[in-house]
Amino acid sequence: MKSKFIPLIFILIFIITFVIFYKGLKNPNIYTPNTNLEKDVPPFELKSFENDSIIISEKIFKNNDYYLMNIWASWCIPCKVEHEFLMKLKNNEKIKLIGLNYKDNFKNASSFLNDLGNPYDLIVSDRDGTASIEWGAYGVPESFLIYKSKIIKRFIGPINNEDLLEIQKLIR
Amino acid sequence: MKFIHIFLIVINILNFNLLKADEIKTESEIAKNLRCLICQGQSVYDSDSEFAISLKLAIKDKIQQGMSEEEIYSFLKMKYGEWILYDPVFNRNTYFLWLLPILIFLVGGAIIIKKFYYKK
Repeated sequence: MKSKFIPLIFILIFIITFVIFYKGLKNPNIYTPNTNLEKDVPPFELKSFENDSIIISEKIFKNNDYYLMNIWASWCIPCKVEHEFLMKLKNNEKIKLIGLNYKDNFKNASSFLNDLGNPYDLIVSDRDGTASIEWGAYGVPESFLIYKSKIIKRFIGPINNEDLLEIQKLIR
Repeated sequence: MKFIHIFLIVINILNFNLLKADEIKTESEIAKNLRCLICQGQSVYDSDSEFAISLKLAIKDKIQQGMSEEEIYSFLKMKYGEWILYDPVFNRNTYFLWLLPILIFLVGGAIIIKKFYYKK
C-alpha cells in the first residue's frame, strides 16, 4: 500500500505543476485592456489649453458627431509618429479631433503644434494626469473614438495607417 | 479664558495632523495593493512612472472626496479591469489558486493520518 501511495502523490504533484506552468506560461503577462467596449464618456471639467477657461465634457460630446479623443504630449516620441495620421483625419469633416494634452507645458506643446501642424478642433490640458485616469488611460498616446457620448473604440499606442482606415470605415 | 482658547487651538492643530497622517496612510496602503500597468512587477506605490504618479494623485483626490478604500478599488477595477488589483478575486480562473492550499492541506492530513493508523 505504502509503496503505491507515494509514487501516486509524486505523479499527482508533477501533473498539477505541469498544468499550472502550461497554462501560466501561455498567458501573456502584459496588461491588455479591452478595446471594443461601449462605455459612457467619463465626465470631466478641464482647463482649456490656450487659456484658463474651463471646458465641461457634456458640452463637447453632446452632438451626434464622431469624436476622436487623443491623449498626447510633446515629450512623447510615438505621438510624433501618429501626428501625420491625425493631420489626415483633420480633413475629414465627419469627425472632430479633441486633444488631451497630458502632463505637458504650454511652451513645448505649442511649439510641437507649430512645427507639425495642429489637427485638433479643441485641446484640453491635463496637467497632473488625473483626468486620464478617469478615462482608463495608462500611457501616451491613446485615442478614443466617441459616438453619441459613448466610447466605441479605443486605440492604444500611436495610430497607424490601419487604425486610420478603420476609423474612416467606422465613421462613413 | 485665554488659556482655554490656546488649548483648543493646539488640540485642533494636533487633530488635523492626525487626520492628514491617516489620509496618507490609506493612500499608500491602496497604492501598495495596485499593480503598475506600465512597469509590471512593481506596485503603484513603488513605481515612479508617469502613470503611477498620476494614479497616486488620483487616489489622493478620491480620498479627499470622501471615497472609501473599497470604493476606490472598485472604481479602478471598472476603469482598468481586475488585473490592476494584486488581490485576485475568486472566479473561474482563480479558483484553483484559492483551493490549492486547502487541497494540499487535506492531502497532507490524509498522509499523516494514514501513517499514524498504519503504525498502530
